[in-house]
Amino acid sequence: MKKIRTPQELEALRNSLLQRRDTNKPCVRVCLGTGCRARGSLDVAKAFANEVKRQGLEIQVERKQTGCHGFCERGPVVVIGPKEIFYQRVKQRDVPEIVSKTLLNGEVVDRLLYANPATGQKVLYEYEVPFYKKQTRLVLANNGTIDPTNILDYIAIRGYQALAKAIKTMSCEEIIDTVEKSGLRGLGGGGFPTGRKWRLCREAPGNIKFVIGNGDEGDPGAFSDRSLMEGNPHSILEGMIIGAYAIGANQGYLYVRAEYPLALKHLQIAIDQAREYGFLGKNIFNSGFDFDIRINRGGGAFVCGESSALVASIEGKMGEPRAKYIHTVERGLWNKPTNLNNVKTWANVPFIINNGADWYGKIGTEKSKGTGIFSLVGKVNNTGLVEIPMGTPLRQVIYDIGGGILGGKKFKAVQTGGPSGGCIPEKLLDLPVDFEKLTEAGSMMGSGGMIVMDEDTCMVDVARYFLDFLQDESCGKCVPCREGIKRMLEVVTDITAGRGKEDDLELLQELANMVKEFSLCGLGKTAPNTVLSTLRYFKDEYEAHVRDKKCPAGICRDLIEYFILEDKCTGCGACLRLCPQHAIDAYGLIHTIDPAKCIRCGICRDACPFEAIIVR
Amino acid sequence: MEMPEGIPEYSKVDKIIESYSCEKSALIAILQEIENLYGYLPAWALRHVSEKLGVSMIQVYGVASFYDAFHLTPRGKHLIRVCLGTACYLRGSARVLEAFEAELGIKDGETTPDLEFSLQSVRCLGACALAPVMVVGERYFDKMTPTKVHSVLKRVQSRNEKD
Amino acid sequence: MVTLMIDGVKVQVEEGSTILEAARFYGIDIPTLCYHDELTPYGACRLCMVEVDDGRRTRLVASCLYPVREGIKVRTHTERVIKGRKLILELLIARCPSSKTLQDLASKMGLEQVRFKMENKDCILCGLCVRMCAEQMGSGAIGFVGRGQNREVVTPFRMASEICRNCGACMYICPVVDLQCRGVKSPGELCNSCLVITPQCLEKHGQVMCTLNSCGACVEKEEK
Repeated sequence: MKKIRTPQELEALRNSLLQRRDTNKPCVRVCLGTGCRARGSLDVAKAFANEVKRQGLEIQVERKQTGCHGFCERGPVVVIGPKEIFYQRVKQRDVPEIVSKTLLNGEVVDRLLYANPATGQKVLYEYEVPFYKKQTRLVLANNGTIDPTNILDYIAIRGYQALAKAIKTMSCEEIIDTVEKSGLRGLGGGGFPTGRKWRLCREAPGNIKFVIGNGDEGDPGAFSDRSLMEGNPHSILEGMIIGAYAIGANQGYLYVRAEYPLALKHLQIAIDQAREYGFLGKNIFNSGFDFDIRINRGGGAFVCGESSALVASIEGKMGEPRAKYIHTVERGLWNKPTNLNNVKTWANVPFIINNGADWYGKIGTEKSKGTGIFSLVGKVNNTGLVEIPMGTPLRQVIYDIGGGILGGKKFKAVQTGGPSGGCIPEKLLDLPVDFEKLTEAGSMMGSGGMIVMDEDTCMVDVARYFLDFLQDESCGKCVPCREGIKRMLEVVTDITAGRGKEDDLELLQELANMVKEFSLCGLGKTAPNTVLSTLRYFKDEYEAHVRDKKCPAGICRDLIEYFILEDKCTGCGACLRLCPQHAIDAYGLIHTIDPAKCIRCGICRDACPFEAIIVR
Repeated sequence: MEMPEGIPEYSKVDKIIESYSCEKSALIAILQEIENLYGYLPAWALRHVSEKLGVSMIQVYGVASFYDAFHLTPRGKHLIRVCLGTACYLRGSARVLEAFEAELGIKDGETTPDLEFSLQSVRCLGACALAPVMVVGERYFDKMTPTKVHSVLKRVQSRNEKD
Repeated sequence: MVTLMIDGVKVQVEEGSTILEAARFYGIDIPTLCYHDELTPYGACRLCMVEVDDGRRTRLVASCLYPVREGIKVRTHTERVIKGRKLILELLIARCPSSKTLQDLASKMGLEQVRFKMENKDCILCGLCVRMCAEQMGSGAIGFVGRGQNREVVTPFRMASEICRNCGACMYICPVVDLQCRGVKSPGELCNSCLVITPQCLEKHGQVMCTLNSCGACVEKEEK
């Protein structure tokens, strides 16, 4: 394989690829992202391969395996081109029918189409599915169309053109100016202006510099980084190469959590292929610029998403953060100037170079430009990855794209920013998704997690859950985080167990304020956010737990009781058979629960076909 | 905490270290490969890495004790990982974990005495739409409930290593 | 030389100094636990936090690590700093009540109650012993192991170390284990006995004894 040495060669390759493409050829694209794989999409893909072969259609039909489409709830997802017919929840046994009907005859297999949960109306095309229709897919645009393990697919969609443009026609200053002007901000959570960070790193004294792509994504409930790394790894690489050129770094690292094996695999394939074509390595585009990227697997520690802990991890040490009075851009990896950005941030760079800062600046709000990618999960109808312009109101995301609350229940709160974020209540739903606005409300953008909670969620339990997580993940170095989170957790746990005292809420507030201000790193500093935001907006729930010893949402086990409604119970005995504590007695047909034995595990409620067991 | 550890295989560990050009900073990657090989990090392997890589024993031990990927005691044949990420937790995965604890007689993070099963809660497998999720080896089980626990364990045992 | 303000006082120190070094040079007291001037600063106890106004914004920083900058205004004893320090000490005493160093600090700061469930550990994870062993003694026989609640200072594999020379430097430098406060009878108590204005040992022995060998004289009086 000859390396691409000039923009002209790249253009020529791209044109030849486009020419060879037959856009009218039927094409079946199977999503092989982790979400769909977990539902058997690999078998579906194999079935397509077999069926196409069996019917002798290898020349007439194109098969492609893509990365994550982002609508994991409906997986396995299969899209049939050229019309872009969208099939969801496809099983192996559906494959022969799809091949014969849709691929060969253009007929639609009705039962596999997406049906609007509210109206029941079926939708044919991917771009018409309400979940996708209301999104502005920029960074994720190609996730469902390209094969992430084939660099040629990326080149065909203008891949590496931005790199060619930057290296051959722009100076380092110009590149940084463009990124700065675009208003791009760190999408890992910090929201620091990316251009300014690059500039600081460039200006830092020293000849040896590094760039890092943070793919650690430790927030539970967030999978946007995963989807991007699996589905379009080259976009990240291209951004990093451009950034490294502008800053003057010759070595880059991609730090990816070990829990994402597919992302690791696809990134390595992408790096190998980029090297083959000359986009990585020596003398890129004949410019004299050398740059290469190495992948580091995370060892399994949420704290390593923090930049100084990440750096320590790459250096082969325990992931302990250090005080950043001297920033990583001046002294980072091996004490050299280091520019660290989240993988999503890097992936935005090629767009900005290709289309210009002004174009990018038109999307989003005044202070938060571009798009944001969010993992919308929890009690919504449509869970998945959502890419929207910054400034979109939360209400739109949850109702128009998310399709409203699951089971028709009432919305209670949306948790944004992962464990470092906070809960936003119903009255603030018109808040635009924007760095500053979310922080003002007591939450933060974070890595883009958006967890929707309904009336059956206990907000005190949510605070307890996140504190428990952060206690586990704290590195333990500094006193406020290690001891402060532990004691906050103790207090909140006591409250959920009915042992809350009147002074507890004040104590919680005091601890939270101190931990926020005195902790050494971002983990500790943001750890109190969930407690602070739930105290702010849901104080009544805390008070109910402390004063009345009641859990309004019916979650905290020590404060609730399970009760069988006589008029609904048919005496079927399903509950009695399954109760692990033998707490259910039958007096003839009437079944009752002994509150002394009941541990509120919920097995009986799941088993009852008549919804006769209630919580009170 | 002395456990019978099997015969040291220094040459295997040497090969791993050499594949990283004996770079000190590759410590975590080297330990990951050793963990993959043995299912845990035997003490003899840690000592050997310290010696060959020239990294102090306390640093090697510290790193081995810090990250979730590493274990200092042998693990079970089947590693059951139950996701306790936010989306899964809100859909009741904590009860699934409890059901496993009850069924296997061990707590989260522990291994059954016969070394058949290890139980581990994890904080997000990235498959949130399938909540509650669990994974054994490479097999995912979605929409888990406590009542499915028994049958999952049976399926895992009968299928053995065929994943 | 760098000029800055600390508590309204104009001070001048060499570039590269930390705020703590500058303050100590001028006799301004900032409490510390994990700091020792012969060892690299660690910044973990967070007692030395001070408020810094750098012209753009005011924030809290660890004075043992923050390098002095021209024109900054430092305040070492503001209300939020004192409140935070007291709470940090309260948390530490809840962990190690029988440490005289901690009890003394508590008395000095006017801490009067500990609102948390008490434990009885003997280490506050300040890391002085680790740094002492590594930096001054050149051994590195002990170190931090584990994460979060499992963090502790041990030898590899918790076995007798082959490189420990039994020099005792780790015990010497430890602020917690060495001097035990004899006034704490059960986990959970705040002693406050040394808070007396005229320590009893002064009368009995002609000098204050705590620094040499806690005689417990101030406690004996209570028992009578």
